[in-house]
Amino acid sequence: MTQRTSGAQQQVARLLSLLPYLLSHPNARVSDVAELFGVSERQIMRDLNVLWFSGLPGLAMGDYIEVDMDAVEGDGVISVSNADYLARPLKLGTDEALALVVALRTLAAMPGSYDRGAIDRAIAKLEQAAGSAAERATAVRVEVDGDSVAEVAAVVRRALDEKRRLHLSYWVPGRDETTERDVDPMRLALADGRLYLEGWCRRAEAERLFRLDRVAAISILDVPASVPPQARARDLSAGIFQPSPDDELVTLAVTPAGRWVAEYYPCESVTENDDGGLTIQLRVADRRWLRRLVLRLGGTGRMVAPADLAVEVVAEAKAALAVNESPPGLG
Amino acid sequence: MNQAKSERLMNLVICLLVSRGYVPKSRIRQVVGGYGEQSPEAFERMFERDKEELRELGIPIETGSFDPFGDEEPGYRIRRQDFELPEISLEPDEAAVIGLAARVWQHASLAEATSRAVLKLRAAGVETDTSALAAIEPRLAVEEPAFWPMWEAVRDRTPVTFSYRKNPTGRAMQRILQPWSVLSWHGRWYVVGHDLNRDSPRMFRLSRIVGDVTPAGEPGSYDVPTAEQVREAAGALAPARQTASARIRVRQGSGYGLRRRATGIRRSSDGWDELSVPYSDGGVLAEELAGYGGDVVAVEPEDVRKRVIERLRAVVEAAA
Repeated sequence: MTQRTSGAQQQVARLLSLLPYLLSHPNARVSDVAELFGVSERQIMRDLNVLWFSGLPGLAMGDYIEVDMDAVEGDGVISVSNADYLARPLKLGTDEALALVVALRTLAAMPGSYDRGAIDRAIAKLEQAAGSAAERATAVRVEVDGDSVAEVAAVVRRALDEKRRLHLSYWVPGRDETTERDVDPMRLALADGRLYLEGWCRRAEAERLFRLDRVAAISILDVPASVPPQARARDLSAGIFQPSPDDELVTLAVTPAGRWVAEYYPCESVTENDDGGLTIQLRVADRRWLRRLVLRLGGTGRMVAPADLAVEVVAEAKAALAVNESPPGLG
Repeated sequence: MNQAKSERLMNLVICLLVSRGYVPKSRIRQVVGGYGEQSPEAFERMFERDKEELRELGIPIETGSFDPFGDEEPGYRIRRQDFELPEISLEPDEAAVIGLAARVWQHASLAEATSRAVLKLRAAGVETDTSALAAIEPRLAVEEPAFWPMWEAVRDRTPVTFSYRKNPTGRAMQRILQPWSVLSWHGRWYVVGHDLNRDSPRMFRLSRIVGDVTPAGEPGSYDVPTAEQVREAAGALAPARQTASARIRVRQGSGYGLRRRATGIRRSSDGWDELSVPYSDGGVLAEELAGYGGDVVAVEPEDVRKRVIERLRAVVEAAA
């Protein structure tokens, strides 16, 4: 169903699930059904109207699907009968089976997500039910950076289940510092192929995301977690790395060999330069992160603005050169 | 929404599903509401389009006839075992993970596909209550425009052609590929397959595909090798073996990224620790070390030490 679908086609696709659902859930509420199917209550009413005019070939008396419209209009509950020939939904399509199996395999690769056995059993049963639609299930594979953080993820998961506070030693690479924090866990997230703990950081007094591979040490405290009511989980759909408009805007010029920067970090703007390189504008919350990036670029990138940051970077490069050319404790 | 058309399609599905054998077209015209009042030509067109739309939904409409001489007009049927979702009975924990799986895809078409699949399971009596899993947030994002055409290509085994910029400095080149598998590695999407230009397995990063991915052959026109061979072709994604070890001095209180993978740490009283850090590529290690600025000093091997110094000099020179 990747082609443009007509309205009637979409409606029929929904009806072929809606009808068996209604037959197996007598007296379902219109509002609940609308929510489950992701459409308005009015749409459910229109769907029922179609069912009302459907039935066995010829549509003689007694052939019509029965919909108790009085119950729908009076009590907001749906009662459908005389349609036992459509008591089961349509089989899974290839995209449906494949998308669901790949999603389950992703969960299986995410440590701390759920009991691995349940996921494996669910996959096996789905593949069985999907039949040939699941044949291409090996066509898509998802690798998650999971093994190295499995132990940390298990601790996070236990703290979430027991609703207890965590203590973290957490490395902040931009500053190359290991910080000590107490965190009330909110959720365990997988985003951009990595695992994160999202929680209320008692030190920052705010929601924070912690990448699990940067957790140097973790322990569960004998304190109940208390996530304040104003805490909001972040919308991760836009990606984990969300620069704030308050962050400093910096401009970098990279040579062709430094073009990867535009691929790796969200940029405000990217323009092509005559030498095959790029001019990139980025929002930066912490200057130390940017200084490290420019040092890593090793001449394949150059700070353009702001000027004082460009001066800082050069000063740091010179200091680093001094210690590297005559290493401490040697000679 | 066209109610009359929806009714006609529903009644057509029911008609073909409940019949014992193939239903002749003339009979369909008689018993399915909406066809009878059409002219013969209009009925033909309408019926062809309706069948096509139902097939697009995955409804298997068969054509055939029981007449051994083939004189009779062709008929149509839907075989129940090809139409219905088979019995599936899920334990509560299995149903819960399926509900959770429905939240994974951050891609419009695949998010819809998983929702439709979960609705079918719900309609079959599976209760996917995920409230116990509210604290788990798995997300599989897709931003590369080349992803969807590549998904369709591996699904249908259709050769494709696209323009690809292998490295940032190179020019984009036209490639022809028999795609085997689409894979996500640490949040980035790749396709692996048989490269017809090179006549060997190759892997491509989807974000480096420039412009459209277009079919270059018929669906099902090639075979995909075994899962092991596909895995091997994607082997370049696996971390390189770290066969060398570098001696690195790190200022105390810094360089955690190096410390956590060091195989040995020797503390000293001058405020610096000496680490043994395994690595595979001296250039990559030098780049990382340069990023630490004055807090990290490469001691050995000489090659890595030189490269760090070169990189730092280049930073100073680039700014001059």
